[in-house]
Amino acid sequence: MDDVLLSVRDLVVQFPTRGGILTALDGISFDIKRGEVLGVVGESGAGKSMTGAAIIGLIEPPGRIAGGQIHLDGERIDNLSMDDMRAVRGKRIAMVFQDPLTSLNPLFTIAEQLVETIQTHLNVSAKEARDRAIALLDDVGIPAASRRIDDYPHQFSGGMRQRVVIALALAAEPDLVIADEPTTALDVSVQAQIIDVLKRLCSERGASVMLITHDMGVIAETADRVAVLYAGRLAEIGPVRDVIKDALHPYTHGLMGSIPTLAQEDDRLVQIPGAMPRLTDIPDGCAFNPRCDRVFDRCRVERPDPMPHGTRQVACWLYDEQQIKAAE
Amino acid sequence: MSDVLLEVKNLTRTFDVSLPWLNRVIEREDRQFLRAVDNVSFQIRRGETFALVGESGSGKSTIAKMVVGLLPASDGQILFDGQAMDVNSSAAMTQLRSRFQMIFQSPFASLNPRWRVRDVIAEPMKAFGTVDGKAAIDKRVDELLDLVGLGASDAGKFPHEFSGGQRQRIAIARALSSNPEFIVCDEPTSALDVSVQAQILNLMRDLQDELGLTYLFISHDLSVVRHMANRIGVLYLGALVETADGKELFKAPRHPYTRMLLEAVPDLEMTGKEQSVVKGEIPNPINPPSGCTFHPRCQYVAERCRNDIPVPVPTPTGEAKCFAVEEGRI
Amino acid sequence: MEAIARALDSDLAYRFRRSPVAMVAGLVVVLLIGSAVFAPFITAQNPFDPGSLNLMNGFSKPMEPNQFTGETFVLGTDDQGRDVFATILYGMRISLFVGFSAVIFAMVLGVTLGLISGYVGGRTDTIIMRIADIQLTFPAILVALLIFGVAKGITPPDRRDEVAIWVLIIAIGLSEWVQFARVVRGATLVEKGKEYVQAARLIGRSPVAIMVQHILPNTLSPVLVIATISLALAIIAEATLSFLGVGAPPTQPSLGTLIRIGQEFLFSGEWWILFFPAMTLLALALSVNLLGDWLRDALNPKLR
Repeated sequence: MDDVLLSVRDLVVQFPTRGGILTALDGISFDIKRGEVLGVVGESGAGKSMTGAAIIGLIEPPGRIAGGQIHLDGERIDNLSMDDMRAVRGKRIAMVFQDPLTSLNPLFTIAEQLVETIQTHLNVSAKEARDRAIALLDDVGIPAASRRIDDYPHQFSGGMRQRVVIALALAAEPDLVIADEPTTALDVSVQAQIIDVLKRLCSERGASVMLITHDMGVIAETADRVAVLYAGRLAEIGPVRDVIKDALHPYTHGLMGSIPTLAQEDDRLVQIPGAMPRLTDIPDGCAFNPRCDRVFDRCRVERPDPMPHGTRQVACWLYDEQQIKAAE
Repeated sequence: MSDVLLEVKNLTRTFDVSLPWLNRVIEREDRQFLRAVDNVSFQIRRGETFALVGESGSGKSTIAKMVVGLLPASDGQILFDGQAMDVNSSAAMTQLRSRFQMIFQSPFASLNPRWRVRDVIAEPMKAFGTVDGKAAIDKRVDELLDLVGLGASDAGKFPHEFSGGQRQRIAIARALSSNPEFIVCDEPTSALDVSVQAQILNLMRDLQDELGLTYLFISHDLSVVRHMANRIGVLYLGALVETADGKELFKAPRHPYTRMLLEAVPDLEMTGKEQSVVKGEIPNPINPPSGCTFHPRCQYVAERCRNDIPVPVPTPTGEAKCFAVEEGRI
Repeated sequence: MEAIARALDSDLAYRFRRSPVAMVAGLVVVLLIGSAVFAPFITAQNPFDPGSLNLMNGFSKPMEPNQFTGETFVLGTDDQGRDVFATILYGMRISLFVGFSAVIFAMVLGVTLGLISGYVGGRTDTIIMRIADIQLTFPAILVALLIFGVAKGITPPDRRDEVAIWVLIIAIGLSEWVQFARVVRGATLVEKGKEYVQAARLIGRSPVAIMVQHILPNTLSPVLVIATISLALAIIAEATLSFLGVGAPPTQPSLGTLIRIGQEFLFSGEWWILFFPAMTLLALALSVNLLGDWLRDALNPKLR
């Protein structure tokens, strides 16, 4: 059996707008292995949520996948019809969104929603589905699950709702869970609980996770590998520890320095000058070149594709072999 | 001149969250009150940054609004430079108002979308009459834009032409335009990306050094607070549970809630420290637990905590409201 | 110049160019309003100047030479020899004047009350909104008829024709302010909670200054939509009242008055006296309405 569960190759997502075609994702490639947690970080507009939406086929028109391929378990899924995609969504790929209220129907009890999901995707009796639902709620840490299962979503607190959403996502025993900012709307103390639940349950069930967030701290706690996006392009991808401790790409480096931590003693934070370009006017060459402190001529004209460097891939000319040789 | 610029004494705010009268009669419900801020006292010295940190429902934004007079207090006193702030006395307020300002959370909602940047920044100057004449005002606007890292050519633009970080710079320029001594910053960077947050936090520190500003800094983010504050107050369910010097609070937290909060912060250093999972959730503030409101989640809970309300006990650099600390159990 | 260039480059202009319905409706509206405004330069005859009329021309059929005078009228003439084309242009002037004035009156009243209601809140809000609710329970025409009746009672008979138009404007305006008040109140409640309003309160700006300078400009796009749709309603309301004989007097006939006069001749075969004014009214009201619908979609794409 192939080790790679999801493979994304040269993914391009475009939106036709008044001012011309806007490229929201430009040539993104990565793999997610079975049982792996891949973190996807980037600032707003970098394309992290768009990547998730593209994988589950939920890009809002007029946006569309304009190039590249997405394979799930060796099967191509980016060109499936709406109906075929619906079968993949929920069953094989589940989604956890930032706001739990958008994933739960306020008019139905938790039991009704969970049982329906379980019965749609798994061939079990109503009784068994309910038992499974209760076990799931128990697993995600809802106290008195057998009683609370008949409550409505509004009767739960924000953190508890997000637990219910995770239970709902795992109900059909998916291979991949895409979690889009699952803790952003929650308080720190609750965030820690939710991350813990998500991490534990997915590893128990062998599900892979694509964790989309802007919070490097959450990634550090949760992910095995991390992909850093910038202006719709992949800047760097590799094992979390390597990326956090020793960022290769100047953008990742700056990003890490700009995060205030509990341990640091410095009074000033490292800051990257300027802001991410609008997607309508991305500079030539490397998208980061106007803000980069290590920029050189090639960066301004030629666009770097991710190139292997040790355990990682990094889209930066500094790590081009010839460049390294020349430096020596 | 006293060293203390702002003093808050026993500040309390309750909100009436009762159902409408007819529903109350039909459903036989009593009136309900939410104690959003409960007997909070603190002092802010000139030139320092005092931070209030807490999770949602802790009352931190309500305190910010009361301090600047956007919301009347139910009880307690706010003294600005020794003078009582009285929302109802307009003469005294006008005098005080020009001396403090506020920076808001959302850079999108805090600027009027139909106003040009020049008019946004000039509004406080015009309202207080600190600068006279159109030419002088324009000159001052240009200076302020330069001070916050924007250009004079930006004055003629509308807010939607700027990114979130740039808008927050405009909001800072507006706050500075009436030359205030004291600025309340209500989650000024929580809507921004981290790299932009770093720019804004650095800017705010530079401005503090340059202009001798005093900040009341409201945030839910402990690492940001640690970076900005000299002194920190930790809020839980509307009450101040611990105050301490900035570095001390992170080195040696006293109150069990402060300890829990620090534990919950994701470990970016990847030291591999074992994270103890946080117990429970914040209770409903309409119906807070008896005694110490933190007792249902506290690992040091004793019988006394369930019944009595703790009073502040002194700690090396501040105070904490906890029986376990008082009795030396932690 | 810069303002014009920006307006042409705006999203609204872009959406307008992309919508054939809006462009046709816009063209019709501009054409009709233009010809009403420039009526004296378009037709030689002023149908309300008795000196310029020739009774011999009465009942000329459209496009046919009159049997006595040999003159040809494109849309025919009525019993008194008035050119129907000219009466339409002049009638439209009255209709449009009443329509625009009524909408402006309703807008000023509604926006003011809506702003106060939303910003001040509390008891003031309750009182204003209850009045609006009561107003809504009466059909607009009934309100207009009521006001008209009262006005008729208190003005001396010899001055009735003079004040008729103004009574009409007030009557229609009063029946349409509620729409404006409700929408502005809603928008005000939303804007009031935003931080830029708090920033203005913080520096002690007065409530009136905050309402007028801060909130009002941010509530104007829905007001524009309602104003456009109200204009169509006002023109129809005016026609209805005039048709019922309580609107514009025969000395200053509007499209509605023309239709009322025309229907007397419908069954004796002179159809054109009714038909052309009625078609003009239809085209005007429909185009304005379509323009309003388009504007609503264009200004708030989420509502679609």
